[in-house]
Amino acid sequence: MPASRFNGFTNYGIGIGLRQPHYDHILTRKPVCDWFEIISENFMIDGGRPLRILDQILEQYRVVQHGVSMYFGSAEKLNREHLQRLKELVRRTKTPWVSDHLCWGSVDGRYTHDLLPMPYTFEAAKITAQKVREVRDFLEVPVAVENVSSYAEFHVSEMTEWEFLNEVVERADCGILLDVNNIYVSSQNHTFNPFDYVNSIPTDRVAQIHIAGHSKYRKYILDTHDHPVIDPVWKLYERAVQRVGHTATLLEWDDSIPSFQEVHDEAMKANKFLSSSLLAKAV
Amino acid sequence: MNLDAIQKQMTRAVMTPLTPSEHMQRHAPGGGDMRRYASKFIKPNDRLTSFERLEIYNRQYWWRLLSSLQEDFPGLRAVLGDRKFEAMSKAYIVDCPSTSFTLRNLGAKLEGWLRKHPKWAGKQQQLALDIVRLEWADIEAFDGKAEPALQTKDLATAAGGDIQLQLQPYVRLLDCKYPVDDLLLAVRETDDDNEVASNAFSEKKKRRRIRVTAKLKPAEIFLAVHRIDDSVYFRKLAREEFAILTSLRHGKTLARAVDSGFRKSHMPAEKRAEAVQAWFQNWATLGWFCQPAQKKST
Repeated sequence: MPASRFNGFTNYGIGIGLRQPHYDHILTRKPVCDWFEIISENFMIDGGRPLRILDQILEQYRVVQHGVSMYFGSAEKLNREHLQRLKELVRRTKTPWVSDHLCWGSVDGRYTHDLLPMPYTFEAAKITAQKVREVRDFLEVPVAVENVSSYAEFHVSEMTEWEFLNEVVERADCGILLDVNNIYVSSQNHTFNPFDYVNSIPTDRVAQIHIAGHSKYRKYILDTHDHPVIDPVWKLYERAVQRVGHTATLLEWDDSIPSFQEVHDEAMKANKFLSSSLLAKAV
Repeated sequence: MNLDAIQKQMTRAVMTPLTPSEHMQRHAPGGGDMRRYASKFIKPNDRLTSFERLEIYNRQYWWRLLSSLQEDFPGLRAVLGDRKFEAMSKAYIVDCPSTSFTLRNLGAKLEGWLRKHPKWAGKQQQLALDIVRLEWADIEAFDGKAEPALQTKDLATAAGGDIQLQLQPYVRLLDCKYPVDDLLLAVRETDDDNEVASNAFSEKKKRRRIRVTAKLKPAEIFLAVHRIDDSVYFRKLAREEFAILTSLRHGKTLARAVDSGFRKSHMPAEKRAEAVQAWFQNWATLGWFCQPAQKKST
């Protein structure tokens, strides 16, 4: 979605995930990159090299924060220390929005450090939306929730994943970080048409889009972020930008990370589809 | 089944240790059959049973946490050996699951836990404890807070022995029975080499790592784990230095700290003033002193 209240009224283009193997390249070569996404938890620390690098990046680039452990969908209360540290980082980066996953991962204060799938129930949607609101109110920046890749479904689910996502974002009045790779992975693991998912998304709420690669196993697909984006995912991306328009897009590459240039080149392939969406709007 | 109940049920299964062949246990938490346990809340599909779908998360959990400990404690791994380190890690994670939003803190309780469970290190218990303390100090020194440092001239103008000097939060002080700083540097060097080595070469390096550990003789050392330009360093300290710095960390005044530093010292009295001056000069140059917290607001 172009500038809206869900992305802090920004018009970001294509970004890539800021990863440690690229630090030297970025700081010495200063490559052109519209923006970087950081994993918030990597910088929610008291000092040292990570924060110094971040400050140097912030001097030259726009940064958006993406989290991996807020666990909006956990039944337990939010972790106040986590929230406080996240807020300190938000002040530092001046991120126009923050995102985290529509999932859970902790019980009774014990963390799995995984993005566990939600049961798609109205009770879960209500609890999750309430926590998204609490986080947004505390951080005082827009929040976008990201759909995750999943490998299991629950008997108790009362709706599809995309209906659940819509239920949560409507109740929370928040944005969506639409991960089209995750939609593809889950569609293969749970046998649904991924275009049904993309076609059901409330377009005005999409603050950002993620693209990534994955790994295919004999009986399932794992979201590994260690490969280039495959064609079926690009097709989903094309459909998504047809619907939502020119939207901040981010390539995730977290394992077997190639050179900065390779990652950047892969991300820039999104331009073809973003340009089409702009042309379509003009016509 | 409500959200809370589903999440508790799934977490119990996910956190259940894997079998030796890295599969999900056949026995469910609390007894019974894990297949039945999984099928109560997880749907099967045309390719995977409920058990197999749950197993994906179970394996991911263990692989992620074990690899985090392996990355953070290569020295302890060298001391215990690969197999024992992995078994110990599993037992530790069962007893002390992560209670932090970041895996950075996973090893925070390892020293205390290892102390209570000496069977894992056996005769090498003291060496294991020393290396764990050093590796944890390394983590804390890497991203610990740095306050604005006091300069040498600030120290020179500081009035009298009643002054309280505060150490930078990122500076960690350790007294060890083994020279684990040398050991850890040797292990890291070997591990770095392995990153570009072939499998055959790795075997050779691994044998060298084990030899380095086996040859290590006890020798009492005092260390400051600190950082310069964002890189962590281990600095050996004299016993007196360690005692003075530890006293300062505990909030003693300068005069009391210096007194306690020499309480058990064999250093000739006439050399002490010169030594203290040189130490303070070094510590200040390294930026180890910062403003006491209570004075920041004034």
